[in-house]
This record gives sequence, C-alpha cells and structure tokens, in this order.
Amino acid sequence: MLGYLIAAPTVVAAARWGEEPAAAAVPTIAPTDLYDLSDLLTQAALPTAGLLAITVNPDGTASFALPRAEVGQGITTAVAMTIADEMDLPVDKVKVTLADARPELLFNQFTGGSNSMHSIYAPVRMAAAIARGRLLAAAARELNAAPSDLEVRDGVFTAPNGKTATFGSLATKAAASRTTLVRPRLKTRAQQRIVGTPQPRIDAHDIVTGRKQFAMDLDVPDALPTMLCRPPTINGRVVGVDNLAEVAAMPGITDVVIVEHNQFVPGGVAVRGKTFGQCIDAVRALKVRWGGGSVEGKSDGSVLADLKKAELPLTPALPLGKTIDERFTFHFRPGDPLETNCAVADVRADRAEIWSSLKAPIWAREQIALSLRLPLDKVTVHVTEGGGSFGRHLFCDAAFEAALVSKKLGKPVKLMWHRTDNFRQGRVHPFVISRVRVTHSAGSVLAFDQRHTGVATDFTQGIGELLTSMDTSLPGQNFLQFSETVFTLTANVPYNFGLVTQLLNEIYAFDTFNTSSVRNVYSPEVCTATELMVDRVAAAMGKDPMRFRLEFAKDDRMRAVIQKVASVGNWGRSMPAGTAQGLAIHSEYKGRSACLVEIDCRPQTVNRAIADAHTGPRVTKVVYAVDVGLPINPLGIQAQMMGGIMDGIAQALSYSLHLKHGHFLEGSWDDAFYTRQWNTPPELQVIVMPPTTGQPGGAGEFGVGTSMAAVACAYGRATGKTPTSFPINHDDPLEFVPYPTVPPIPDSPTDGLQKAKITRVRAKKKRAHTKKKTHSKKAH
Amino acid sequence: MPTHTFILNGKRVSVDVEDDVRLLWVLRDVLGVHGPKYCCGLGVCKACTSHINGQAFAPCSVPISDIRSTDRITTIEGLPATVGKDLHPMQQAWLDVDVAQCGYCQPGQIMAAVALVKDVQAQGRTVTDADLDQLRNVCRCGTYPRIREAIKAGAANMPALTVHRVKPKAKKHKHAVRKHTA
Ligand code: FES
Ligand code: FES
Repeated sequence: MLGYLIAAPTVVAAARWGEEPAAAAVPTIAPTDLYDLSDLLTQAALPTAGLLAITVNPDGTASFALPRAEVGQGITTAVAMTIADEMDLPVDKVKVTLADARPELLFNQFTGGSNSMHSIYAPVRMAAAIARGRLLAAAARELNAAPSDLEVRDGVFTAPNGKTATFGSLATKAAASRTTLVRPRLKTRAQQRIVGTPQPRIDAHDIVTGRKQFAMDLDVPDALPTMLCRPPTINGRVVGVDNLAEVAAMPGITDVVIVEHNQFVPGGVAVRGKTFGQCIDAVRALKVRWGGGSVEGKSDGSVLADLKKAELPLTPALPLGKTIDERFTFHFRPGDPLETNCAVADVRADRAEIWSSLKAPIWAREQIALSLRLPLDKVTVHVTEGGGSFGRHLFCDAAFEAALVSKKLGKPVKLMWHRTDNFRQGRVHPFVISRVRVTHSAGSVLAFDQRHTGVATDFTQGIGELLTSMDTSLPGQNFLQFSETVFTLTANVPYNFGLVTQLLNEIYAFDTFNTSSVRNVYSPEVCTATELMVDRVAAAMGKDPMRFRLEFAKDDRMRAVIQKVASVGNWGRSMPAGTAQGLAIHSEYKGRSACLVEIDCRPQTVNRAIADAHTGPRVTKVVYAVDVGLPINPLGIQAQMMGGIMDGIAQALSYSLHLKHGHFLEGSWDDAFYTRQWNTPPELQVIVMPPTTGQPGGAGEFGVGTSMAAVACAYGRATGKTPTSFPINHDDPLEFVPYPTVPPIPDSPTDGLQKAKITRVRAKKKRAHTKKKTHSKKAH
Repeated sequence: MPTHTFILNGKRVSVDVEDDVRLLWVLRDVLGVHGPKYCCGLGVCKACTSHINGQAFAPCSVPISDIRSTDRITTIEGLPATVGKDLHPMQQAWLDVDVAQCGYCQPGQIMAAVALVKDVQAQGRTVTDADLDQLRNVCRCGTYPRIREAIKAGAANMPALTVHRVKPKAKKHKHAVRKHTA
C-alpha cells in the first residue's frame, strides 16, 4: 500500500481510496528506511486529485475533511479515533470536518449501506501513518536521536535525554517541498491504543451546549426563511394560484413564486419571508389549484392488491416434506429524521453555493449544475451536519428546491420543509409483502423460498455520482441496475436451510411514490418474515426457538451471538401469561447479530394511559449482541444498535403511514407512532463482541432488522398467534384525527403557555387577533 | 410594528416583530439564537423546549405577544448560567453517558430533563421510570435509554432547590387516550 507526502506549507499526508490508477506515471521507489523520506522523492507531478489528505497544523492538531455525511452515526468520531491512534495524538486534537462535494472522488463520496467505516479505515490509517512517519523523522533530526529511540505520546516526541518536540513545533519544519510516494508502516493491532476502546462523540460538547450547527442554523447573509406550499395529494402539480399578490403582501413576506414541476423537483408555491412563522401563515393562506398527483386515488388496499398480483411464483414444491407457507405485509413507513428537509442556497447568475446535509453530494452538485444550467465548477456544495438521515438524505430534494427557488428569486434562501410535509410528501420506506414457504422433513429444512414484492425503492441517486445514476431513471433500469442487485447482495438466510431462493419484484415506477433506501432497505422485512417462519418451523419440529437457531445457524460467529444473548438475557426463564421472550438473528454488513426481547402484551399494559399517546404492547427488555468484525468505537456501536432497536420496536408495533385517496394521513409525531419514552424498554443491554475479523463492518443500520424481527417473534409467542401484518396496529381503527390536506400544513398552536400550565390573561385586542388566526386543528 | 421586550438568557432584549409570530421564530430567525430547534411547530416533538421563568415550554406554540417584559426565557445557551457554571449538571450527565447521536433533539431533551427534575424535586421525590415515561420529546436517533440514564445521573448532581413554587399535583390523564376517534 502506498500513500503520498504532499508538497505544502505544513505536513500533509494523503492516501488514495481504492485502486491506484493503472500504470501510474509515478515511478515507485521501494522505501528501505521509513524514516529517510528524502530517499523517496519522486517526480513532483503526481496524480493527487482524488486523495484523502490529513494536515498537521502548527497548533499541534491534525485536520481531515471527511468525504462522508455525519448524520448522527458517529463516523467523525470513529475517523478521529483512527487518525489519533495511528498518529499518537489525543482524540481531541484531531479535527474532522465534512468535505464539500468533490467530483474527483467519483464513487467515494457516498454515505450509504452502512459501509463508511469499512471503506475508509485503511486509507485514513495510511495517511495518518505517513504523517506520523514524517514528523518522527523531523523529530529525530531536531532532537539528535535515532527515530527508534524516540517515544511518542499524545502528540509529543520524547528523546532518551528527556528533550521533547511537539507535533505542532514540527508541522512546518517537516513540511515536504516535493510531493512523494511513500509506503508507510502501519501499527499492528496490538500497538493500537484507541481503536476498539469506548470513546464519547467528538461533537458531544457542541451538542449539549446547543452550538452544533445544522443547515438551518447557518447564517448565510440574506438567506431568509423559505417554504413551499405543497399539494394535497402525493406529487400533485400546481395548476394556478388565485391570490399570489395578496399573499405576497402578508406581514413579513418578501416573495411568492410558483415552482413548476420538473425532473428535479415536484413543484409547489414558494414563499420567502422574515420568519418561518410568517412563511407558515403564507403557505396556509395560499389558494392553489392543484392537479392530481402520481398516486391519485390509491389507498393501502389498492397497493396491496397490486403487490399481490406482482408476486413472483414459488418454485414447485418438493415431493417430500411438510410445508409452512405464509405471506407477511409491511406497510409504508416514514423516512423522517428529526431535522426536516432543509437547505440553504445562494444562486447568482454565474455561480451557486448550496449548504445541506447530503449523503451523495457529488450527485447533488452535478444535478444542481444541470438544473441551474451552470458549469459544474461554478457550483459549490457544502455538506452540513445532519439531524439524522435513516436513508433519507441519499436524496437531496431540499437542496434542489432551494437552488431553484434562489435562482428564480435571485436571492439567497434558507428553505425548510414543514414536519407535516415531511410525513406526507417525504421519502418513505416502501410498502412490501413477503411470502415465505419453508419445506421441512425429519428434523431438517429442505427448502426455503421467499418472494419479496414491494413498491419500487428509488435508487436513482445511484451510488452518489452521475455516471452510475444516469441510466437509472430510464424505464425498468432502477429495478434492473439497483433494486435487484441490492436485494441479492443483502437478502440472505443465515441458516443451513437446504435449497434457498429469495427473489424480489417491484411495482410502479421509481418515482410513483417518493421512496428511498429508508432504514436498512430490504432487510427489516426479509429478516422479520424469515425469523417468524423460523419460530413456526421450530414449533413444528418441537424444538426450542433458541436451540433451533443454534443448531441451524451457518457459522460460529452467529452461534456466538446467539449464545451471548441467550445467557445474558436468561433465555427460557418462566414468564407470566401474556408476556414472552422472542429471539431473532441476522447477518449483514459482514457482521452477525442476535436480539432477545421480552414483551408485555397484557391488557393492563397495552391500555395503559398516557395523554395523547399510542401505548400498546411494551417491550420491557432487550439484549442485543453484535459482531461487527472489528469494532472501532464500542460506545458508538452500542449507540447505533440502540437507535436501530428503537426503530425495530416501532416498525414492528406502531410506526407506519396510512395511504388514503392518494395521500398519507399522518402529519405529526403524535400520529406516526415512532418509539417514545413510554414505549422505550426500561432494560436494554447491547453487547459488542470482541474482534473477529480485523476489518470494521457496517453498524449504522445493523440494529433495525434483527430487533424488529425479535419483537415480532416475542409478540407472536406472547399472544400465541404469528403476526402477519406490520406494524401490528396498522389495521386497527385510526388513533388520531388526520390534519386536513388543504391548507397542506396545520396552523402553529398558541397554547404553549397553557400546556406548560402557565396562566396568562392576554390583552383583549391581541387575543381576538390571535383567535381569528387559530383554527382548532383537531377536534377531540 | 410592535416592540416586545423580555429577558433572554439573563439579558434584556427588545424585538420589533408582529404580535402573532411564535417565540421560536423570534428566537431563531430574528435574534439568531439557534439552540432551540424546529422539528414540528405543533407543540408535539418538544425539540424547541426552553424555559420560561424556570418552567419548560414549547416556544413554537407561544405567540410573542404572550410574553411579558418580566418573563425570563432560558434557552440551552443560557442553561449553564442558571447554575453559575460552564455546564449545567444535566449537560455534564449527557456528556458522561454520551447520550447524543445526531444531536438535533438534544437541546430540547436537556431543557425538558432539567424541568422534570425540578418538578420532581419540588415534590420531594426522586425521578422514577413513570416520570420518564411522561417525557414527550422525540428522538429519532433513538437515544431514549441513554436519556433515561443521564437524567437519573444528572438529577443526583442538581442543586436541591429552594422551593418557591409547589406545583399542584397534575391530573396527568385528564385528556388521556384520544383513541378511536376517527
Ligand atoms: S418544534 Fe416545538 S414542539 Fe416541535
Ligand atoms: S440525537 Fe438525533 S434525534 Fe435525538
């Protein structure tokens, strides 16, 4: 492996991602002595464009612009740890920022499939090792000692005579005057002191003090709040506006403009104003005539019927054995992070600058350049920290909208979606049915057939770069190039089950519904359907579900996680009627996981009263074991699993969207029942298994499928009936009164003080004024 | 345009803004105080939670005209000063437990937690699981278990209050369960 020392005012070391360019024009000089870097000089002009570089600064810090999105998954912390470890710096001396869109990185600036750490670990270590090597050589000269006699700790070299030199003092002295190719020596696993140890997030202090900046917190001059009035049905088009001038004259409003539907944006009517509050009022006041949307008239039932028609046939039944055959239904689920879609854009006649949380920033930059008709190099795309993603930020809808609105107005905008828009027009996890048939005989499973049929998952962002995304919008290409591939690469049965066939079919075009690879793509359904059937087969064979899994699991890594949760979670303990344990396993991202849950489905629990809340069965305990190969930051991995578990609980029990007459009914977090404190398991334990492979696997979404399946299995065992429709409450009578669809967003409440039990008598005049503007949003 | 005056994080501020603009937007868009986050604007998610005279509330649901010149509004930015330290014990507990993931909900979570603990302390009790179950703040990253852990730890280090307000026992389930209303 080779990396580079870059000619720069301070020490800059870099590594290439993936393959070196074939037959590089660079003569490679095999280093004989790591510390005599002058021997490694090569010609100055090196193909350094696509490199990842670490800079050592005179203040003793090292900085690195990470070409990945940080959306809460802790990648900046894991990368800072990796660099700190390799360089012998304290973690807080490593400054990781998010890189702007860099098209020269091609496929390497894409945050998806939970693969960031897996792909970035090696090049980052290499660059860090080169920087350290360079500093070491300089320190040796400075301190008049052999490099091997120097001690390095926390950014300070110490010579045997006690003299010291800090990284900061050497940063400029050790700078390279020519760019050279270097073969670094990496630390061995035993020499690593930080990787594998629990480390708190590097941005934790900024977060708890409110200083962490998200796109909406940026102060871009004159970028005033901007919102879109969106259609009453999914992807409806603007036909006309009856009161544009009137709305433009409302208090605080500076602009109102129609945004036509095109290939980049669904369209709507944009309002810009002094405050978002006034934008909300303006959006509500607009009288827009709308055309039907892309799913006009569709409801849950009609989509389900279309899915059933598209289900691929099962392979002919084997002549031997008994079969168990079941179809599972998984309704639409929201893809909402806590931060709604937002972006800041400053588009001028000859240039554009965009800020947003983007997982595919190169693609975003290319698309924005296309939509604005600007050359690529006139478009700058900054990646901001994101308030969650869950697959949603693979697409950049807000950035496209902000860019177009800013261009139309010739003014900077800070564009934000309302929460209700996020639920109703945002990207969702597709509606899916999964049919499974298991054939077994005499204590073995002979065949496992799974037919997975879903509403198309939109993969047109490709892998984050125009070359791979170009063709995906052509008819059928989204499915052929991506859906099938992703399904084939992720769907698996982690058991020795004889003849296994898992096939996918998708219905509708990629843009009929607004979908994305929301939360673990296909795995939650594949895993849940599989694991529920495993419980059925185990029961048919008269075997304990845990013993059955141990017996049929494909490898020892899987058996180890099963045994772990079984012993820590006290599998098989006796529990009261109406409560039960459940167990599930899953293999993905080069890792293994097992989850044990305990659930309480007794009526007194299901019907416990919390104001304005969906309660339902409560998961009372979760024990989760995960083997990610090489855990970089166990504390961060535990956090990721915890998040996945909260998601899995919600997806199994309560969190979905109801489609009715072309629109979703849910409009707030009190309608869409994502896990809240009252449904949080009081007991939770995540066990990160010791390293097994030496390679960091993915962790971001690894908790979702396994925990969803375990909750489903526990529910089945507690109630004595396998659940087949998810979330389990979806077909119950609605527990909320849907907000109207016109106007598309609800009015802002005025009862904040009353709710806080603060009584105020408002001056009469003001009260009347506010009253008039306040619609009582939901009749109780 | 009317002028509104109040005390924000210990300092008196005056803003010219229409009466019905909700306080959240006055803080964020007019005064540039970005700690309180927008997430729903419906009084549901509690990401905007701040304190008014020491009590938790949702500024997205309060018109600026409801705020009096004597009201003390505290956002996450002003929380440490309420205990005269660089960090409030609850913020320290958040760091110790490494609660945050994306962090978007966390200013609101911390403000809600501090108010909850004060309430519970005023009742002469310690925080129970049932109290924690009442917290409405959404965390889409799913940090709930660590939030529970941090609140218990932070509460232990919060200065015992001079009780100036004993809250009447709230009838918690007054409008409970808006079920089956459709
Ligand atoms: S933004 Fe105030 S409660 Fe959601
Ligand atoms: S930490 Fe991301 S929403 Fe709570």
